[in-house]
Amino acid sequence: MIIMKSKLKILPLILGVTALAFCLAATSCKSKTRGESNRDKEEAVSPDEQTMEQIKSAEKVFNALPTPLEVAQLIKEAGARFDATLLNPVENKSNYTTSKSMALNLGTYVCDLSFASMYDETSLLVNYMGAAEDMATGLGIIDAIDESTIERLEQNINNRDVIMEIVSETFLNSQSYLEDDEQHAIAATIIAGGFIEGLYISTSMVDMKNYKGNKLVATITDQKMSVDDMIRLLETYTDNTAIRELLGPMHELKSLFDKIERTSEPSNAQYNEKTGMTEITGAARSEMKQDTFLAIREKVAEIRNTYVN
Amino acid sequence: MKQIIQTLLVTALLALLVPGEAAAQCKGFAKSICKKELGAYLHDGNYHAAVLVEGEEAELYKTFYSDLEYRLAICSADGMPPVEFTIYDATGKVLYTNKDEGLAKTWDFKLESSQQLKVVVRVTTFGIRDQLPVSGCVAIMFGFKAK
Repeated sequence: MIIMKSKLKILPLILGVTALAFCLAATSCKSKTRGESNRDKEEAVSPDEQTMEQIKSAEKVFNALPTPLEVAQLIKEAGARFDATLLNPVENKSNYTTSKSMALNLGTYVCDLSFASMYDETSLLVNYMGAAEDMATGLGIIDAIDESTIERLEQNINNRDVIMEIVSETFLNSQSYLEDDEQHAIAATIIAGGFIEGLYISTSMVDMKNYKGNKLVATITDQKMSVDDMIRLLETYTDNTAIRELLGPMHELKSLFDKIERTSEPSNAQYNEKTGMTEITGAARSEMKQDTFLAIREKVAEIRNTYVN
Repeated sequence: MKQIIQTLLVTALLALLVPGEAAAQCKGFAKSICKKELGAYLHDGNYHAAVLVEGEEAELYKTFYSDLEYRLAICSADGMPPVEFTIYDATGKVLYTNKDEGLAKTWDFKLESSQQLKVVVRVTTFGIRDQLPVSGCVAIMFGFKAK
């Protein structure tokens, strides 16, 4: 997900005006006196430098949120068991008729699909891919998911690697289509839908009898940073009504995550020759009290219910 | 002055082209070329690609989780100068730079604890005067080991 810094948004305009100014200067210089020409040169230096500075500072900034596949893997790593009752039933898909509900539920269904594929729940895959296809079609996203995707899924239903590859491509295709089509707000809404679904499933899976030392709770605690990223991403598109409506409850969710205390040691990177990986050390300690967790779980379900039901 | 005008005109041209054909080529490049660099790592599904001019920088912020093993792949289109990338932690400390690794395209890593990292990507320059700056697609992709 790319966000242009404010200066870059007006860069084409600046460049257009500057290029036009250069063209005009080139054609009008001939009729000017030397003095006027020199004065023009002196005056021209400043905008050039300014524009070059603007080019330099107009860097592109990407905000990468955890994707449904990544969240599904994290939950599986935490040892949680699959529970199909937590997914959004595919029968609900006919209820989604607005672009906001279709975008949020495309994220939701891709997240459900990711869980199902990660846990080898093959019987659910085709239906969930079909529901995601319907949402994508409704949003006018062409070629992200089509009949050939579903056929490929059916042909490889017992090949976990291929299935996860297809799910990854589905998300990539939807995002890249919308980014290319300048529909950044819709792309952000899909990401939000997937993110909330991941939080909903993970918070619902926590067994309160085994709260202390629960690995899944630690995974949810780590989402504190991603909630901040999510808010930052959504705040880029406040001109979009759907995003504005989503931001209120997301801020309420953030205020609950802000209650989590987190301390960390300075990080260090060391290359491990045996594994061929760089290991980044630096322990972090986070603590989420039970009442904070319950409030987060309730808020996530409340947000989800506004567009799933 | 001439170089400035050239840079401006090329960038203006790019600004006109990017929403159309160039962006579409970027998508194809990310999916068909750069994704291969992830090897056995499962692509997370995120799309981060843009047309950059030589010398231009891009930044990416992402939270990485302690339980996963990641691969970062950064690729540039044919004809582009190599791309440098540097990884910073939240305090601004440099954790890795591919400048020390012959401008490697990939980096494999894992973390003791989850944290947000910043990836700064810079397209190097050919440094040839009186020539239009080169531009092209740069893609940033992440994969993790699915278990």
